[in-house]
Amino acid sequence: MAMSPRKRAQVSRYVQYTVLVAVVVALALSADWARLQSVFFDLDIVARQFPDVITVGLKNTVLYSASAFVFGLVLGLVLALMRLSQVGPYRWIATGFIELFRGVPALVVFIAFYFGFPTAFPGYAIPGGTFGIVTIALGLVGAAYMAETIRAGIQAVPKGQMEAARSLGMSQTRAMVSVVIPQAFRIVLPPLTNELILLTKDSSLVYVLGVSLATVELTSFGRQGLNTENNLSPLILVALCYLLITVPLSILVRRMEARAGRAR
Amino acid sequence: MSTSTPAIKVEDVHKYFGDNKVLTGIDLEVAEGKVVCVIGPSGSGKSTLLRCVNLLEQPTSGKIFVEGAEITDPDADVDKLRSRIGMVFQQFNLFPHLSVMDNLTLAQRKVKGRGSDEARTVARKNLEKVGLAERETSYPAHLSGGQQQRIAIARALSMDPDMMLFDEPTSALDPELVGDVLAVMKDLASEGMTMMVVTHEMGFAREVGDDLVFMDGGVVVEQGDPRKVLGDPQHERTKSFLSKVL
Repeated sequence: MAMSPRKRAQVSRYVQYTVLVAVVVALALSADWARLQSVFFDLDIVARQFPDVITVGLKNTVLYSASAFVFGLVLGLVLALMRLSQVGPYRWIATGFIELFRGVPALVVFIAFYFGFPTAFPGYAIPGGTFGIVTIALGLVGAAYMAETIRAGIQAVPKGQMEAARSLGMSQTRAMVSVVIPQAFRIVLPPLTNELILLTKDSSLVYVLGVSLATVELTSFGRQGLNTENNLSPLILVALCYLLITVPLSILVRRMEARAGRAR
Repeated sequence: MSTSTPAIKVEDVHKYFGDNKVLTGIDLEVAEGKVVCVIGPSGSGKSTLLRCVNLLEQPTSGKIFVEGAEITDPDADVDKLRSRIGMVFQQFNLFPHLSVMDNLTLAQRKVKGRGSDEARTVARKNLEKVGLAERETSYPAHLSGGQQQRIAIARALSMDPDMMLFDEPTSALDPELVGDVLAVMKDLASEGMTMMVVTHEMGFAREVGDDLVFMDGGVVVEQGDPRKVLGDPQHERTKSFLSKVL
Protein backbone atom coordinates (compact mmCIF):
# COMPACT_ATOMS: atom_id res chain seq x y z
CA MET A 1 0.00 0.00 0.00
CA ALA A 2 1.82 3.08 -1.25
CA MET A 3 1.32 6.29 0.73
CA SER A 4 1.19 9.67 -0.93
CA PRO A 5 4.14 11.98 -0.08
CA ARG A 6 1.81 14.18 1.96
CA LYS A 7 0.52 11.22 3.93
CA ARG A 8 4.05 9.98 4.52
CA ALA A 9 5.16 13.38 5.83
CA GLN A 10 2.17 13.40 8.15
CA VAL A 11 2.95 9.95 9.55
CA SER A 12 6.59 10.91 10.01
CA ARG A 13 5.54 13.98 11.99
CA TYR A 14 3.25 11.90 14.21
CA VAL A 15 6.09 9.49 14.93
CA GLN A 16 8.40 12.34 15.88
CA TYR A 17 5.86 13.86 18.28
CA THR A 18 5.14 10.46 19.83
CA VAL A 19 8.84 9.82 20.49
CA LEU A 20 9.26 13.25 22.03
CA VAL A 21 6.26 12.88 24.32
CA ALA A 22 7.34 9.37 25.34
CA VAL A 23 10.84 10.53 26.29
CA VAL A 24 9.57 13.54 28.23
CA VAL A 25 7.02 11.44 30.13
CA ALA A 26 9.58 8.73 30.89
CA LEU A 27 12.06 11.30 32.23
CA ALA A 28 9.39 13.07 34.24
CA LEU A 29 8.21 9.84 35.84
CA SER A 30 11.60 8.27 36.47
CA ALA A 31 13.24 11.34 37.98
CA ASP A 32 13.21 11.84 41.71
CA TRP A 33 12.11 15.45 41.59
CA ALA A 34 12.34 16.16 45.29
CA ARG A 35 15.88 14.86 45.36
CA LEU A 36 16.87 16.78 42.23
CA GLN A 37 15.51 19.94 43.71
CA SER A 38 17.31 19.45 47.00
CA VAL A 39 20.60 18.91 45.13
CA PHE A 40 20.34 21.58 42.46
CA PHE A 41 17.80 24.15 43.60
CA ASP A 42 17.07 24.01 47.30
CA LEU A 43 14.78 26.99 47.80
CA ASP A 44 15.97 27.70 51.35
CA ILE A 45 19.57 27.76 50.27
CA VAL A 46 18.69 29.84 47.23
CA ALA A 47 16.86 32.31 49.44
CA ARG A 48 19.93 32.65 51.67
CA GLN A 49 21.99 33.86 48.69
CA PHE A 50 19.92 37.01 48.45
CA PRO A 51 20.53 39.88 48.37
CA ASP A 52 24.31 39.38 48.06
CA VAL A 53 24.14 37.37 44.85
CA ILE A 54 22.63 40.46 43.21
CA THR A 55 24.14 43.36 45.14
CA VAL A 56 27.67 41.93 45.14
CA GLY A 57 28.04 39.03 42.69
CA LEU A 58 25.93 40.21 39.80
CA LYS A 59 26.96 43.82 40.34
CA ASN A 60 30.67 42.97 40.23
CA THR A 61 30.29 40.74 37.18
CA VAL A 62 28.53 43.57 35.33
CA LEU A 63 31.13 46.05 36.56
CA TYR A 64 34.12 43.89 35.53
CA SER A 65 32.79 43.03 32.11
CA ALA A 66 31.54 46.56 31.37
CA SER A 67 34.81 48.25 32.31
CA ALA A 68 36.86 45.61 30.48
CA PHE A 69 34.61 46.08 27.45
CA VAL A 70 35.06 49.85 27.43
CA PHE A 71 38.82 49.56 27.88
CA GLY A 72 39.00 46.82 25.25
CA LEU A 73 36.85 48.79 22.82
CA VAL A 74 39.05 51.87 22.99
CA LEU A 75 42.24 49.82 22.73
CA GLY A 76 40.67 47.69 20.00
CA LEU A 77 39.86 50.78 17.94
CA VAL A 78 43.43 52.03 18.33
CA LEU A 79 44.79 48.62 17.32
CA ALA A 80 42.43 48.44 14.34
CA LEU A 81 43.65 51.84 13.13
CA MET A 82 47.24 50.74 13.68
CA ARG A 83 46.58 47.61 11.61
CA LEU A 84 45.38 49.85 8.78
CA SER A 85 48.20 52.36 9.21
CA GLN A 86 50.58 53.33 6.41
CA VAL A 87 53.41 53.08 8.95
CA GLY A 88 54.82 49.57 8.90
CA PRO A 89 55.93 49.31 12.55
CA TYR A 90 52.44 50.27 13.74
CA ARG A 91 50.99 47.42 11.69
CA TRP A 92 53.58 44.96 13.03
CA ILE A 93 53.04 45.96 16.66
CA ALA A 94 49.26 45.70 16.31
CA THR A 95 49.49 42.34 14.55
CA GLY A 96 51.84 41.02 17.21
CA PHE A 97 49.57 42.19 20.00
CA ILE A 98 46.49 40.69 18.38
CA GLU A 99 48.14 37.34 17.68
CA LEU A 100 49.52 37.17 21.22
CA PHE A 101 46.32 37.91 23.09
CA ARG A 102 44.10 35.91 20.77
CA GLY A 103 46.42 32.94 20.90
CA VAL A 104 46.96 32.78 24.66
CA PRO A 105 44.20 31.59 27.03
CA ALA A 106 42.62 34.42 28.97
CA LEU A 107 43.37 32.46 32.13
CA VAL A 108 47.11 32.72 31.44
CA VAL A 109 46.80 36.47 30.92
CA PHE A 110 44.95 36.80 34.21
CA ILE A 111 47.51 34.87 36.19
CA ALA A 112 50.43 36.61 34.51
CA PHE A 113 48.98 40.00 35.33
CA TYR A 114 47.88 39.27 38.83
CA PHE A 115 51.07 37.63 40.00
CA GLY A 116 53.54 38.98 37.47
CA PHE A 117 52.79 42.67 37.57
CA PRO A 118 53.62 43.36 41.24
CA THR A 119 56.87 41.43 40.88
CA ALA A 120 57.85 42.97 37.56
CA PHE A 121 57.06 46.53 38.62
CA PRO A 122 57.73 46.70 42.35
CA GLY A 123 56.41 49.88 43.84
CA TYR A 124 53.77 50.30 41.19
CA ALA A 125 50.26 49.09 41.73
CA ILE A 126 47.54 48.82 39.12
CA PRO A 127 44.99 51.40 40.26
CA GLY A 128 41.71 49.98 41.42
CA GLY A 129 43.14 46.75 42.87
CA THR A 130 41.35 43.64 41.63
CA PHE A 131 38.97 45.80 39.64
CA GLY A 132 41.88 47.43 37.81
CA ILE A 133 43.62 44.12 37.13
CA VAL A 134 40.46 42.52 35.76
CA THR A 135 39.72 45.56 33.61
CA ILE A 136 43.17 45.47 32.07
CA ALA A 137 43.65 41.70 31.76
CA LEU A 138 40.18 41.06 30.38
CA GLY A 139 40.33 44.27 28.35
CA LEU A 140 43.60 43.26 26.67
CA VAL A 141 42.10 39.95 25.56
CA GLY A 142 38.87 41.63 24.44
CA ALA A 143 40.82 44.33 22.58
CA ALA A 144 42.62 41.73 20.47
CA TYR A 145 39.33 40.27 19.27
CA MET A 146 37.55 43.59 18.91
CA ALA A 147 40.46 45.07 16.93
CA GLU A 148 39.96 42.48 14.19
CA THR A 149 36.19 43.04 14.22
CA ILE A 150 36.55 46.82 14.00
CA ARG A 151 39.19 46.55 11.27
CA ALA A 152 36.83 44.40 9.22
CA GLY A 153 34.07 46.98 9.86
CA ILE A 154 36.24 49.87 8.68
CA GLN A 155 37.17 47.94 5.55
CA ALA A 156 33.52 47.13 4.92
CA VAL A 157 32.64 50.83 4.57
CA PRO A 158 32.55 51.50 0.81
CA LYS A 159 35.62 53.30 -0.55
CA GLY A 160 33.37 55.97 -2.04
CA GLN A 161 32.61 57.27 1.46
CA MET A 162 36.24 58.18 2.09
CA GLU A 163 36.50 59.63 -1.42
CA ALA A 164 33.39 61.76 -0.96
CA ALA A 165 34.67 63.06 2.37
CA ARG A 166 38.12 63.83 0.96
CA SER A 167 36.53 65.55 -2.07
CA LEU A 168 34.78 67.92 0.32
CA GLY A 169 38.20 68.91 1.65
CA MET A 170 38.25 66.78 4.79
CA SER A 171 41.63 65.45 5.92
CA GLN A 172 42.20 61.70 6.13
CA THR A 173 41.79 61.85 9.93
CA ARG A 174 38.66 63.99 9.82
CA ALA A 175 37.06 61.72 7.22
CA MET A 176 37.91 58.67 9.35
CA VAL A 177 36.43 60.19 12.50
CA SER A 178 33.30 61.78 11.02
CA VAL A 179 32.42 59.48 8.15
CA VAL A 180 34.10 56.06 8.13
CA ILE A 181 34.32 55.05 11.81
CA PRO A 182 30.67 55.88 12.66
CA GLN A 183 29.56 53.67 9.77
CA ALA A 184 32.04 50.95 10.71
CA PHE A 185 30.62 50.82 14.24
CA ARG A 186 27.09 50.43 12.92
CA ILE A 187 28.31 47.45 10.90
CA VAL A 188 30.12 45.79 13.80
CA LEU A 189 27.62 46.51 16.56
CA PRO A 190 26.25 42.92 16.55
CA PRO A 191 29.68 41.19 16.73
CA LEU A 192 30.82 43.70 19.36
CA THR A 193 27.79 42.86 21.49
CA ASN A 194 28.71 39.19 21.11
CA GLU A 195 32.16 40.11 22.38
CA LEU A 196 30.52 41.71 25.44
CA ILE A 197 28.73 38.42 26.10
CA LEU A 198 32.02 36.54 25.90
CA LEU A 199 33.70 39.04 28.23
CA THR A 200 30.86 38.67 30.71
CA LYS A 201 31.48 34.95 30.88
CA ASP A 202 35.27 35.35 30.92
CA SER A 203 35.01 37.67 33.93
CA SER A 204 34.46 34.42 35.87
CA LEU A 205 38.22 33.90 35.57
CA VAL A 206 38.53 36.30 38.49
CA TYR A 207 37.79 33.12 40.41
CA VAL A 208 41.41 31.99 40.15
CA LEU A 209 42.72 35.25 41.60
CA GLY A 210 41.14 34.63 44.96
CA VAL A 211 38.95 37.59 45.72
CA SER A 212 37.79 39.36 48.82
CA LEU A 213 34.21 39.72 49.96
CA ALA A 214 33.80 43.06 48.23
CA THR A 215 35.30 42.07 44.88
CA VAL A 216 33.64 38.69 44.47
CA GLU A 217 31.83 38.14 41.17
CA LEU A 218 29.17 35.61 40.26
CA THR A 219 31.24 32.47 39.73
CA SER A 220 33.39 32.99 42.84
CA PHE A 221 30.23 33.80 44.75
CA GLY A 222 28.62 30.56 43.58
CA ARG A 223 31.73 28.58 44.42
CA GLN A 224 31.85 30.07 47.93
CA GLY A 225 28.17 29.26 48.38
CA LEU A 226 28.87 25.73 47.23
CA ASN A 227 31.47 25.39 49.98
CA THR A 228 29.44 26.86 52.82
CA GLU A 229 26.15 25.16 51.91
CA ASN A 230 27.69 21.92 50.63
CA ASN A 231 25.07 22.11 47.90
CA LEU A 232 24.98 23.01 44.21
CA SER A 233 22.05 25.41 44.46
CA PRO A 234 24.13 28.60 44.76
CA LEU A 235 26.00 27.68 41.57
CA ILE A 236 22.77 27.05 39.68
CA LEU A 237 21.43 30.38 40.88
CA VAL A 238 24.60 32.02 39.65
CA ALA A 239 24.21 30.34 36.28
CA LEU A 240 20.72 31.81 36.02
CA CYS A 241 22.16 35.23 36.84
CA TYR A 242 24.56 34.93 33.89
CA LEU A 243 21.62 34.13 31.65
CA LEU A 244 19.93 37.24 33.01
CA ILE A 245 22.75 39.25 31.39
CA THR A 246 23.55 37.20 28.30
CA VAL A 247 20.11 36.26 27.01
CA PRO A 248 18.85 39.86 26.67
CA LEU A 249 22.14 40.76 25.00
CA SER A 250 21.86 37.98 22.46
CA ILE A 251 18.24 38.93 21.76
CA LEU A 252 19.54 42.44 21.17
CA VAL A 253 22.14 41.11 18.75
CA ARG A 254 19.49 39.18 16.82
CA ARG A 255 17.31 42.29 16.59
CA MET A 256 20.20 44.40 15.35
CA GLU A 257 21.12 41.79 12.76
CA ALA A 258 17.52 41.60 11.57
CA ARG A 259 17.38 45.38 11.26
CA ALA A 260 20.69 45.48 9.40
CA GLY A 261 19.34 42.76 7.11
CA ARG A 262 16.25 44.82 6.33
CA ALA A 263 18.26 47.98 5.68
CA ARG A 264 20.25 46.16 3.05
CA MET B 1 39.80 84.83 -22.26
CA SER B 2 43.03 83.20 -23.32
CA THR B 3 45.08 85.43 -21.06
CA SER B 4 43.15 84.61 -17.87
CA THR B 5 44.13 81.60 -15.74
CA PRO B 6 42.17 78.49 -16.68
CA ALA B 7 40.10 76.91 -13.92
CA ILE B 8 41.64 73.54 -14.66
CA LYS B 9 44.81 72.89 -16.61
CA VAL B 10 46.05 69.37 -17.27
CA GLU B 11 49.60 69.06 -18.57
CA ASP B 12 50.90 65.83 -20.10
CA VAL B 13 49.28 63.64 -17.46
CA HIS B 14 50.03 59.93 -17.46
CA LYS B 15 48.42 57.43 -15.11
CA TYR B 16 49.50 53.80 -14.89
CA PHE B 17 48.01 51.13 -12.68
CA GLY B 18 50.91 48.69 -12.77
CA ASP B 19 51.31 47.73 -16.42
CA ASN B 20 47.90 49.12 -17.27
CA LYS B 21 48.42 52.50 -18.93
CA VAL B 22 45.11 54.26 -18.34
CA LEU B 23 46.18 57.77 -19.31
CA THR B 24 49.03 58.35 -21.73
CA GLY B 25 49.70 62.06 -22.10
CA ILE B 26 46.60 64.17 -21.55
CA ASP B 27 46.60 67.92 -22.13
CA LEU B 28 43.41 69.77 -21.36
CA GLU B 29 42.14 73.14 -20.24
CA VAL B 30 38.83 74.14 -18.75
CA ALA B 31 38.28 77.88 -18.87
CA GLU B 32 36.45 79.61 -16.06
CA GLY B 33 32.68 79.47 -16.44
CA LYS B 34 32.79 76.84 -19.18
CA VAL B 35 31.25 73.40 -19.30
CA VAL B 36 33.51 70.71 -20.68
CA CYS B 37 31.98 67.30 -21.32
CA VAL B 38 34.20 64.24 -21.59
CA ILE B 39 32.86 61.25 -23.50
CA GLY B 40 34.34 57.98 -24.62
CA PRO B 41 34.00 54.22 -24.36
CA SER B 42 34.35 52.58 -20.96
CA GLY B 43 37.98 52.02 -20.10
CA SER B 44 39.02 55.07 -22.10
CA GLY B 45 40.36 56.73 -18.94
CA LYS B 46 37.80 59.54 -18.71
CA SER B 47 36.81 58.87 -15.11
CA THR B 48 40.45 58.43 -14.11
CA LEU B 49 41.26 61.79 -15.68
CA LEU B 50 38.47 63.44 -13.71
CA ARG B 51 39.62 61.77 -10.51
CA CYS B 52 43.15 63.02 -11.14
CA VAL B 53 41.93 66.62 -11.22
CA ASN B 54 41.12 66.59 -7.48
CA LEU B 55 43.85 64.06 -6.81
CA LEU B 56 41.61 61.15 -5.83
CA GLU B 57 44.05 59.44 -8.19
CA GLN B 58 47.68 60.53 -8.12
CA PRO B 59 48.94 60.95 -11.69
CA THR B 60 52.03 58.87 -12.46
CA SER B 61 53.51 61.90 -14.18
CA GLY B 62 52.43 65.29 -15.43
CA LYS B 63 50.99 68.37 -13.77
CA ILE B 64 47.52 69.56 -12.93
CA PHE B 65 46.74 73.15 -12.04
CA VAL B 66 43.60 74.33 -10.31
CA GLU B 67 43.10 78.06 -10.76
CA GLY B 68 46.83 78.36 -11.32
CA ALA B 69 47.83 76.38 -8.22
CA GLU B 70 49.55 73.08 -8.90
CA ILE B 71 47.57 70.40 -7.05
CA THR B 72 50.09 67.72 -8.11
CA ASP B 73 52.87 69.62 -6.29
CA PRO B 74 53.90 67.41 -3.33
CA ASP B 75 53.79 70.52 -1.12
CA ALA B 76 50.34 71.63 -2.22
CA ASP B 77 47.59 71.95 0.40
CA VAL B 78 45.43 69.36 -1.32
CA ASP B 79 42.61 69.47 1.25
CA LYS B 80 42.24 73.20 0.80
CA LEU B 81 42.26 72.97 -3.00
CA ARG B 82 39.74 70.13 -2.91
CA SER B 83 37.32 72.21 -0.86
CA ARG B 84 37.15 74.54 -3.88
CA ILE B 85 36.38 71.66 -6.27
CA GLY B 86 32.95 70.09 -5.93
CA MET B 87 32.77 66.44 -6.92
CA VAL B 88 29.70 64.40 -7.79
CA PHE B 89 30.02 60.62 -8.06
CA GLN B 90 28.21 58.01 -10.10
CA GLN B 91 27.21 56.22 -6.87
CA PHE B 92 26.21 59.49 -5.08
CA ASN B 93 28.25 58.54 -1.98
CA LEU B 94 26.00 60.35 0.46
CA PHE B 95 26.86 59.62 4.08
CA PRO B 96 24.18 57.06 5.01
CA HIS B 97 24.54 57.57 8.78
CA LEU B 98 23.70 61.28 8.54
CA SER B 99 20.50 63.10 7.70
CA VAL B 100 20.33 65.16 4.52
CA MET B 101 20.94 68.33 6.53
CA ASP B 102 23.99 66.83 8.29
CA ASN B 103 25.31 65.57 4.96
CA LEU B 104 25.26 69.16 3.75
CA THR B 105 26.63 70.82 6.89
CA LEU B 106 29.37 68.38 8.02
CA ALA B 107 32.16 69.59 5.74
CA GLN B 108 31.02 73.21 5.99
CA ARG B 109 31.54 73.06 9.75
CA LYS B 110 34.64 70.85 9.87
CA VAL B 111 36.48 72.18 6.84
CA LYS B 112 35.21 75.74 6.37
CA GLY B 113 34.74 76.36 10.08
CA ARG B 114 31.25 77.69 9.61
CA GLY B 115 28.93 77.92 12.58
CA SER B 116 25.95 75.63 12.79
CA ASP B 117 23.42 78.35 11.88
CA GLU B 118 25.37 79.64 8.92
CA ALA B 119 25.95 76.10 7.63
CA ARG B 120 22.24 75.32 7.85
CA THR B 121 21.32 78.51 6.02
CA VAL B 122 23.72 77.67 3.19
CA ALA B 123 22.44 74.08 3.12
CA ARG B 124 18.80 75.18 2.89
CA LYS B 125 19.61 77.54 0.04
CA ASN B 126 21.22 74.69 -1.90
CA LEU B 127 18.48 72.19 -1.08
CA GLU B 128 16.04 74.69 -2.53
CA LYS B 129 18.19 75.02 -5.60
CA VAL B 130 18.01 71.27 -6.28
CA GLY B 131 14.29 71.23 -5.45
CA LEU B 132 14.48 69.14 -2.28
CA ALA B 133 13.93 71.73 0.44
CA GLU B 134 11.39 69.50 2.21
CA ARG B 135 13.87 66.62 2.55
CA GLU B 136 16.33 68.03 5.07
CA THR B 137 15.40 65.58 7.85
CA SER B 138 15.35 62.51 5.59
CA TYR B 139 18.09 59.90 5.50
CA PRO B 140 19.73 58.91 2.20
CA ALA B 141 18.29 55.37 2.30
CA HIS B 142 14.78 56.84 2.09
CA LEU B 143 15.46 58.82 -1.06
CA SER B 144 15.33 57.74 -4.69
CA GLY B 145 18.56 57.63 -6.69
CA GLY B 146 17.68 60.85 -8.45
CA GLN B 147 16.98 62.59 -5.17
CA GLN B 148 20.21 61.27 -3.66
CA GLN B 149 22.20 62.59 -6.58
CA ARG B 150 20.58 66.02 -6.31
CA ILE B 151 21.39 66.01 -2.58
CA ALA B 152 24.97 65.08 -3.47
CA ILE B 153 25.10 68.08 -5.81
CA ALA B 154 23.69 70.31 -3.07
CA ARG B 155 26.30 68.94 -0.65
CA ALA B 156 29.10 69.84 -3.04
CA LEU B 157 27.60 73.28 -3.71
CA SER B 158 27.38 74.00 0.02
CA MET B 159 31.16 74.32 0.07
CA ASP B 160 30.82 77.23 -2.38
CA PRO B 161 33.16 75.57 -4.88
CA ASP B 162 34.68 77.45 -7.80
CA MET B 163 34.14 74.48 -10.08
CA MET B 164 32.32 71.15 -10.19
CA LEU B 165 33.44 67.73 -11.38
CA PHE B 166 30.76 65.22 -12.39
CA ASP B 167 31.73 61.56 -12.75
CA GLU B 168 28.94 59.93 -14.78
CA PRO B 169 26.33 61.51 -12.50
CA THR B 170 23.33 59.89 -14.19
CA SER B 171 24.74 56.45 -15.08
CA ALA B 172 23.42 54.75 -11.92
CA LEU B 173 19.93 56.23 -12.23
CA ASP B 174 16.69 54.79 -13.53
CA PRO B 175 15.94 56.44 -16.89
CA GLU B 176 12.96 58.41 -15.60
CA LEU B 177 15.10 60.03 -12.88
CA VAL B 178 17.88 61.22 -15.16
CA GLY B 179 15.99 64.34 -16.26
CA ASP B 180 15.76 65.90 -12.79
CA VAL B 181 19.50 65.61 -12.24
CA LEU B 182 20.34 66.95 -15.68
CA ALA B 183 17.96 69.88 -15.08
CA VAL B 184 19.86 70.80 -11.91
CA MET B 185 23.16 70.58 -13.80
CA LYS B 186 21.77 72.72 -16.59
CA ASP B 187 20.74 75.40 -14.08
CA LEU B 188 24.23 75.33 -12.62
CA ALA B 189 25.79 75.77 -16.03
CA SER B 190 23.53 78.71 -16.84
CA GLU B 191 24.63 80.37 -13.59
CA GLY B 192 28.18 80.28 -14.90
CA MET B 193 29.58 77.38 -12.86
CA THR B 194 32.75 75.90 -14.27
CA MET B 195 32.02 72.24 -14.91
CA MET B 196 33.88 69.18 -16.09
CA VAL B 197 31.39 66.41 -16.82
CA VAL B 198 32.17 62.80 -17.67
CA THR B 199 28.94 61.59 -19.19
CA HIS B 200 27.13 59.34 -21.62
CA GLU B 201 24.33 61.92 -22.04
CA MET B 202 25.04 63.17 -25.56
CA GLY B 203 21.97 65.40 -25.44
CA PHE B 204 23.31 67.19 -22.40
CA ALA B 205 26.76 67.52 -23.96
CA ARG B 206 25.28 69.03 -27.12
CA GLU B 207 22.89 71.37 -25.38
CA VAL B 208 24.90 72.55 -22.36
CA GLY B 209 28.54 71.83 -23.17
CA ASP B 210 30.89 74.53 -24.39
CA ASP B 211 33.52 72.01 -25.30
CA LEU B 212 33.46 68.29 -25.94
CA VAL B 213 36.38 65.96 -25.37
CA PHE B 214 36.35 62.48 -26.88
CA MET B 215 38.77 60.10 -25.19
CA ASP B 216 39.80 56.62 -26.19
CA GLY B 217 42.70 54.44 -25.10
CA GLY B 218 44.05 56.97 -22.61
CA VAL B 219 44.38 59.88 -25.00
CA VAL B 220 42.22 62.76 -26.20
CA VAL B 221 41.23 61.73 -29.71
CA GLU B 222 39.13 64.70 -30.66
CA GLN B 223 38.05 67.92 -29.03
CA GLY B 224 35.94 70.88 -30.00
CA ASP B 225 32.50 72.44 -30.17
CA PRO B 226 30.04 69.72 -29.12
CA ARG B 227 27.71 70.31 -32.05
CA LYS B 228 30.61 69.96 -34.47
CA VAL B 229 32.17 66.90 -32.86
CA LEU B 230 28.84 65.13 -32.48
CA GLY B 231 27.52 66.22 -35.87
CA ASP B 232 30.64 65.87 -37.95
CA PRO B 233 33.31 63.83 -36.18
CA GLN B 234 36.70 63.95 -37.90
CA HIS B 235 38.38 60.95 -36.41
CA GLU B 236 37.64 57.34 -37.27
CA ARG B 237 37.43 56.26 -33.62
CA THR B 238 35.04 59.11 -32.78
CA LYS B 239 32.82 58.16 -35.68
CA SER B 240 32.76 54.52 -34.68
CA PHE B 241 31.96 55.38 -31.02
CA LEU B 242 29.23 57.87 -31.89
CA SER B 243 27.62 55.50 -34.37
CA LYS B 244 27.15 53.08 -31.47
CA VAL B 245 25.75 55.51 -28.90
CA LEU B 246 23.72 58.00 -30.93
